[in-house]
Amino acid sequence: MNPVLPILVFAPAAGAAVLALAPRGGARDPLRFAFGISLLPLAIALGLFFAFDASSASPQFPFSTAWFRSGGVDVRFAFGIDGISLLLIALTALLGPIFFLAAPGHIAQRRREFAAWGLLMQTGMLGVFAVSDLVLFYVFWEVSLVPLYFVIGIWGGTGRARATTKFVLFTIAGSLLLLLALLAVLLEAGTADLFELARGRRLLPASIERLAFLGFALGFAVKVPLLPFHTWLPEAHVEAPTSGSVVLAGVLLKMGTYGLLRFCLPMFPRASAEFAPLLLGLGAAGAVYGALLAWAQRDLKKLVAYSSISHLGLVAMGLFAREATAVEGALLQMVNHGLSTGALFLLVGVLYDRTHRRGLDDFGGVAKSMPLFAALLGLTAFASIGLPGLNGFVGEFLILAGTFSVTPVPAAVATAAVVLSAVYLLGAVRTVLFGPALPATARLPDCTKREAATLLPLAGGMVLLGVLPGPFLERIRPSVAQVVERTRALAQAEPARPEGQR
Amino acid sequence: MSVPAAHVYALGAALFAFGLAGFIMRRNLLVVLLSLELMFNGALVTLVGAAREHRDPEPSTFGLFVVFLAAVEVSVGLALVIALFRLRQTLDPDAAAELRG
Amino acid sequence: MSALLPLLVGLPLAGALACGILHARVLVRRHRDPEAAANEALVGGIATGSVAVAFFVAVLLTIRLLSLPPEHRRFEADLGTWIDAGRLKVPARLLLDPLSALMTLVVSGVGALIHLYSIGYMRRDPGFARYFAYLNLFVAAMLLLVLGANLPLTFVGWEGVGLCSYLLIGFWYEKGGPADAGLKAFVVNRIGDAGFLLGIFLLHRELGALDYASVNEAARSGLLPANAATGAALLLFCGAVGKSAQIPLQVWLPDAMAGPTPVSALIHAATMVTAGVYLVGRLHVLFLAAPAVLLVVGLVGGGTALLAGFGALAQRDLKKALAYSTISQLGLMFLGEGAGAFDAGIAHLVTHAFFKALLFLAAGSVIHALGGEQDLARMGGLARRLPATFLCFLAGAWALSGLPPFAGFFSKDEILGGALHGAGAPVLGALGFAASFLTALYSYRLVYLVFSGRENFEGRPHESPALLLHPMRALAALSFVGGALAWIPIWNRRPIAEFLAPVFGGNEAGGGAEHVLVAVLSLAVAFVGFLLARRLWMDRGLAGERALARLPLWRVAAAGGVLDAFYRGTVVRAARVLAIACGVFDLFVVDGAVNGIGRAASAAGETLRLLQNGKVQAYAIGVAAAAGALLLAAFLLGGTR
Repeated sequence: MNPVLPILVFAPAAGAAVLALAPRGGARDPLRFAFGISLLPLAIALGLFFAFDASSASPQFPFSTAWFRSGGVDVRFAFGIDGISLLLIALTALLGPIFFLAAPGHIAQRRREFAAWGLLMQTGMLGVFAVSDLVLFYVFWEVSLVPLYFVIGIWGGTGRARATTKFVLFTIAGSLLLLLALLAVLLEAGTADLFELARGRRLLPASIERLAFLGFALGFAVKVPLLPFHTWLPEAHVEAPTSGSVVLAGVLLKMGTYGLLRFCLPMFPRASAEFAPLLLGLGAAGAVYGALLAWAQRDLKKLVAYSSISHLGLVAMGLFAREATAVEGALLQMVNHGLSTGALFLLVGVLYDRTHRRGLDDFGGVAKSMPLFAALLGLTAFASIGLPGLNGFVGEFLILAGTFSVTPVPAAVATAAVVLSAVYLLGAVRTVLFGPALPATARLPDCTKREAATLLPLAGGMVLLGVLPGPFLERIRPSVAQVVERTRALAQAEPARPEGQR
Repeated sequence: MSVPAAHVYALGAALFAFGLAGFIMRRNLLVVLLSLELMFNGALVTLVGAAREHRDPEPSTFGLFVVFLAAVEVSVGLALVIALFRLRQTLDPDAAAELRG
Repeated sequence: MSALLPLLVGLPLAGALACGILHARVLVRRHRDPEAAANEALVGGIATGSVAVAFFVAVLLTIRLLSLPPEHRRFEADLGTWIDAGRLKVPARLLLDPLSALMTLVVSGVGALIHLYSIGYMRRDPGFARYFAYLNLFVAAMLLLVLGANLPLTFVGWEGVGLCSYLLIGFWYEKGGPADAGLKAFVVNRIGDAGFLLGIFLLHRELGALDYASVNEAARSGLLPANAATGAALLLFCGAVGKSAQIPLQVWLPDAMAGPTPVSALIHAATMVTAGVYLVGRLHVLFLAAPAVLLVVGLVGGGTALLAGFGALAQRDLKKALAYSTISQLGLMFLGEGAGAFDAGIAHLVTHAFFKALLFLAAGSVIHALGGEQDLARMGGLARRLPATFLCFLAGAWALSGLPPFAGFFSKDEILGGALHGAGAPVLGALGFAASFLTALYSYRLVYLVFSGRENFEGRPHESPALLLHPMRALAALSFVGGALAWIPIWNRRPIAEFLAPVFGGNEAGGGAEHVLVAVLSLAVAFVGFLLARRLWMDRGLAGERALARLPLWRVAAAGGVLDAFYRGTVVRAARVLAIACGVFDLFVVDGAVNGIGRAASAAGETLRLLQNGKVQAYAIGVAAAAGALLLAAFLLGGTR
């Protein structure tokens, strides 16, 4: 029993409660307070990272108490992480303080509520990655959704009503499918323990496995978002305040890919094998399609949003290659994408805070007046397009190399996205930073210390992961190997006999 | 002496039916509330009768819940009715139709 | 000894970091003082010093290398594991064998000279420290490319030099043109790099090993199936085509001349663009295992050499003429490699690095003296004004044209000799000789148009300062003696080929009477080219040029960007249209479907809302009726239990 994970998860919620209960005017600087609170999970996550036993695939730092029994299933209030969760917890914990540090630039009203919702969202996201119980997972999954609804709905742009409606409808629809499938698994398998389920010596009956897989996969695909379910994302991003976009792209989308890896692959090995060609295809097509769409955009935020679709298509493809190299790459790429896309949204926010414009054509020659901004945008853009030596390359390279070694065609198609990413992102960099300065943007002040403080940790992460991916890959290797082995080994297994159930 | 179970159930059903009719048809909110109480009592009588019939305390437990709920419901309901009367100066139930789609 | 190996990459990298920090400090100071500038002596000293020290380390290592028996001539430095995921392992390992040692010497040696030149050339530029940070970073990346012991590590350097090329082409970013040129260079290179990546993936799939030794060994032993070898070689050659600006991806190099001239000399003439030639040489066993691809290499190289030769002939811009010349010479190197004469290709790479860097530096000196003028029609007669520059340029052009005793003759001779021996001999040989002829023609055209005849410029140009001239003199000397590295006719020795023999194996091609014949033939071709150039441009000067410019073919060659325009009109436009079509599709079809579902739902709501009249008693009727109906149903269907 180790209470560190519950503390990690609930510390922000406690902060949110303090903010919510504090008398009006009692919290003088709620954003600073929330920033301070969010440093705690960061410190804990760092500690976890170093204390983590990289040689083991079993859940670590477990915490478990009884919660309730229902339908013969023991649902527990259980936490525990393996290498897969560890990286995503670290990412979430890193983006937490940045969420609040970036906020003063664009959140002027109702800061206390904003801080409280932000903290609650932090709890939800950390919980999603830290729990080891299926029901508890669903609780946190939903908890993380609601605060974002308010963050976009209250502090968003002019079209926020429509965007939030779409966002909520999409994700709720996905969540409901997820819930149904989850209940089916729960009742069929007789346990709610994630790691038990993933280890699962018993397979579900084939028909249930297929349906449950589809429920999970659709629920997660909406969140990722995979190709035909992506239209909510650009709208949500465009309307979201900068901080919201950072967390949405940085963490919330990863919950979808995390789910695919944590649930779909190991729990439904046969259905995964059956639908792998479809998902590989959707992933690769999404990578190229998203890149083409990003190229067609004239709005910086939309451009970054579509680039997310492209990158996450690549991640999904890597996962469904069901090959260790590709899956490790996909997991690493989730973190990479969190860092680089988070930074891109922050950078767009820096421009927006100064000019209240986001159009590609509203800027030109900014590098002259904003050299630090230019350097950071350049670094982030190159990280995002996968320049070797920065983080994006390692992830992309592993995904593509791994996928190519089992199914060359989708990997070759997705490689086109690598070319296109240079076209749209460097094209945008060219327009914004270089050339003669536009009169409107010739004298913009460079990044402030606060803005630099939001961006530099991300930039540091990009370089670190690019040059020294070893410590990160080392920690995920056993967990990924276990998932892949199980998925591959059971893909051809005989359908479970009925007495194997319940 | 003992009252046959069927009589108890009939009494319960009658109370419930009168209550329902009143709830649907009366044009005064106070009377509507009273009718609601009548329906509660119908249910209560039925539950107690069933407990006696089956020699099982469980329906009586529900009965206690019903009493408790009815008390709460009356206090909240009356408060609402008063608030509505202050707002509208009428006790016509159709006067409060803001939730019309 | 191999402990020194990481220094080769580390020193320029540290220099880049130092210059970057110095530049950042300048930027901070500029908040208060807009005129603040870097300490140029310090920055230049750090940058040049780091590369120079790297050069000396390379010399030291090469001497040690030569002291070993030929089959043991390799140093390896293991810096741990870079990537280890699943089946894919990429150790951070550097390898110094004769081939990479030669490349390292060229890169750091020529690099140091060009750094020195840059101190003078970039004087008082507000981005002085930034320039040197990029240039040092380039040297570090290039050395990593050369020294990497496996394909992924080379790819890191490969893209790293691409990044520096992008940054340095667009160095003067306030002007739109250079920024566009940088972007174009990067994107076109990325297309080639996608091929490179797929080649790596294919080798990973087939072999699971990506270090050069294993790949070459697998190709030699037949462990690698023939069609996989063919596919991998072809894909990797795509990367080489992009980086070395061969047809059809050559379009970026002429535009890349928008960067500062020393950058053109170092990156776009001497080193980076030769990376493709190096790569093919590095994997020569793989290419030999795929004869069809080797033929493609030769044909692409030969075709590029010929067509770019025409391009070089017709350019009016001094730097662009040199750029086309570079493309053409790179084509010759590939032609040699395609014919199986890998050592000849590498030898030409080395001598070309000397004389083409020299030509660019001398051109930079001319452009500097003329205040930024690059139009050949506004030069002429400069030999009197800039005597030292003239002599250096002449040395470079002489070497380029392939006339003895300068270097180009000897190394080109090796290639032509190889071309007549290898596969596809008649075609490759013919292409090689034709390109040689064009080379002599355009080399002397430049000499005559820039330095002889009437003065067509304004102002009074002055000779460049010593800081610019000394590196040029050093390179001129190298262009002179460099030929001896390729071939010493009297003793019939080939120092570079012999040095590289442990890598490429002995090469018996050439030698004897036949080789003398090739030498005489190539000499004759170059000499005819020289005479024709003399007749066209020395005797008639600009008048001759104008007469030629009226020829339709000439105009096509001059435009140079025929392919460029073709791409712009087809590939780029098609991709752009596709992107916009996707945008429309996404908006109206995908999102339209989503919104359609939404509208259907709200239409249903519009109808159903009539049921909600807001009257509590009406709802009660509904509840009662429904309850009654359910009871009735239960009674009728289920009976009592």
